[in-house]
Amino acid sequence: MRHADVVVIGGGPAGLAAAIAARQGADRSVLVIERDVKLDGILNQCIHNGFGLITFNEELTGPEYAARFEQRAREAGVDFLLDSMVLDISNDRVVTCVSAGHGLVQVQAGAVVLAMGCRERPRGALNIPGFRPAGVYTAGTAQRLVNIEGLMPGREVVILGSGDIGLIMARRMTLEGAHVACVAELMPFSGGLKRNIVQCLDDFQIPLLLSHTVTRVEGEKRVEAVWVSEVDEHLRPIPGTEVRYPCDTLLLSVGLLPENELSRQAGVELSRVTRGPVVNESLETSVPGIFACGNVLHVHDLVDYVSQEAAVAGAHAAAFADAQAAGRELAAAHEVPVEAAGGIRYTVPQSIDPARMPDRLTVRFRVGGVYEHRAVCVYLDGERILRRKRDILVPGQMEQVDLRREDLLAHGTLDKITLTLEEA
Amino acid sequence: MTEEKRRLTCIRCPRGCALEVTLVDGVVATVTGNSCRRGDVYARAEVTNPTRVVTSSVPVAGSATAHMVSVKTAGDVPKGAVFSVMEALRDVTVQAPVRIGDVALANVAGTGVDVVATRNA
Repeated sequence: MRHADVVVIGGGPAGLAAAIAARQGADRSVLVIERDVKLDGILNQCIHNGFGLITFNEELTGPEYAARFEQRAREAGVDFLLDSMVLDISNDRVVTCVSAGHGLVQVQAGAVVLAMGCRERPRGALNIPGFRPAGVYTAGTAQRLVNIEGLMPGREVVILGSGDIGLIMARRMTLEGAHVACVAELMPFSGGLKRNIVQCLDDFQIPLLLSHTVTRVEGEKRVEAVWVSEVDEHLRPIPGTEVRYPCDTLLLSVGLLPENELSRQAGVELSRVTRGPVVNESLETSVPGIFACGNVLHVHDLVDYVSQEAAVAGAHAAAFADAQAAGRELAAAHEVPVEAAGGIRYTVPQSIDPARMPDRLTVRFRVGGVYEHRAVCVYLDGERILRRKRDILVPGQMEQVDLRREDLLAHGTLDKITLTLEEA
Repeated sequence: MTEEKRRLTCIRCPRGCALEVTLVDGVVATVTGNSCRRGDVYARAEVTNPTRVVTSSVPVAGSATAHMVSVKTAGDVPKGAVFSVMEALRDVTVQAPVRIGDVALANVAGTGVDVVATRNA
């Protein structure tokens, strides 16, 4: 059996940043296993700009951002196993993968970093009535067809869901000569970033229909029309509001799901809210030595934050592997649960050990609805230690607060950390 | 003297600041709501001469790894020229090997801006 100090599952932006961090400070063997024939994951097809403002202070396209991390990883001496599909991770960190080139390969890992990313919610998850004609694609599939394969999926388009990929594809299809009739969004607010509504829809006069959904797909062999209805406050279609849009293509941008089949097999506890692993301050899952980062942990809006988070996971995985190699036990954790309340849906991490946390720890979270003029507050048991005013918080935008270790240590015995929203 | 206020969402970073531009006799007097200098620059351009970076992909010949190479305008082009840029790119095919930054089409649509590759192939 092969051995590597740190094995990273997935060679997208999270995997690359984790691997680079795991190589820092000592000569550890770090292996990235990627199922595609090339690295960089989804950034390959994200040809639009807007990446890297935080990391590089310039506006890069997805492939450019990825190329910089790929080069850093190669320079850092990371090993890669491409075109290889991981089939299993055991709870004692034996990673099993297969590939046409190498057959079945087993690797004993000192530590594992999960960086498998996410995938799109498909049509089957939506219960749209109608036949199953050609012309219904997830927005990401259309993005791959246009940007990587050079193929146009259709000419007259309706988009369901206002996630960022749907917005980006509304613009992309328009630039390539298609007509996008509308973007229908079930919720009364968009799931995408506001800048994407401005530069992808408003720039091209594409209507965004909030509180609308697709109630019928017409056509047996190919999509011929899509029916869009307004919905009431319970998200039920309102009879009589249907509008028929003749079209040949329906794109779906209705959410992303972390891809955690491998995590589940390894016995990793998953959150029902994020659908990703439950992690502590080191981004370590419930299985010792298995860490998680990026979209497999929780769906991000910005790759810059994925890279930051992944570097943290990679560094902690390296520390775990070092301890394993030296036969050292890491100090036992005394995890304090982090509770999400008052409209906050979840936090990552979900627990913190004040003794093991860094001087400043970033806690990322999302809210469940649109909240204006609120303050994000952090309580240690009953004591408020942080209050940050926000003009607006929306579900489509990940938020973060930094906790200071000295604040947590100063509190003494701690049973619960609470993140909540209050009136500003 | 006529004063006009325009509300914009900054598109320069994902933060998407809500900007308010005050124009006096058609000239920008103040920009508020921005969190950084990018927002100020964006707001002034957006109400006078709005510009965009255009990204697309073009076919690549002779590459073992790719059918298409992603490209972008190396800088901003006038918003009104976006479709002219796309039209000019319609017949462009690049030859492998291509490196990030290689010019795929110089002075696209007379904008004075080059279209450059954003991936290697």
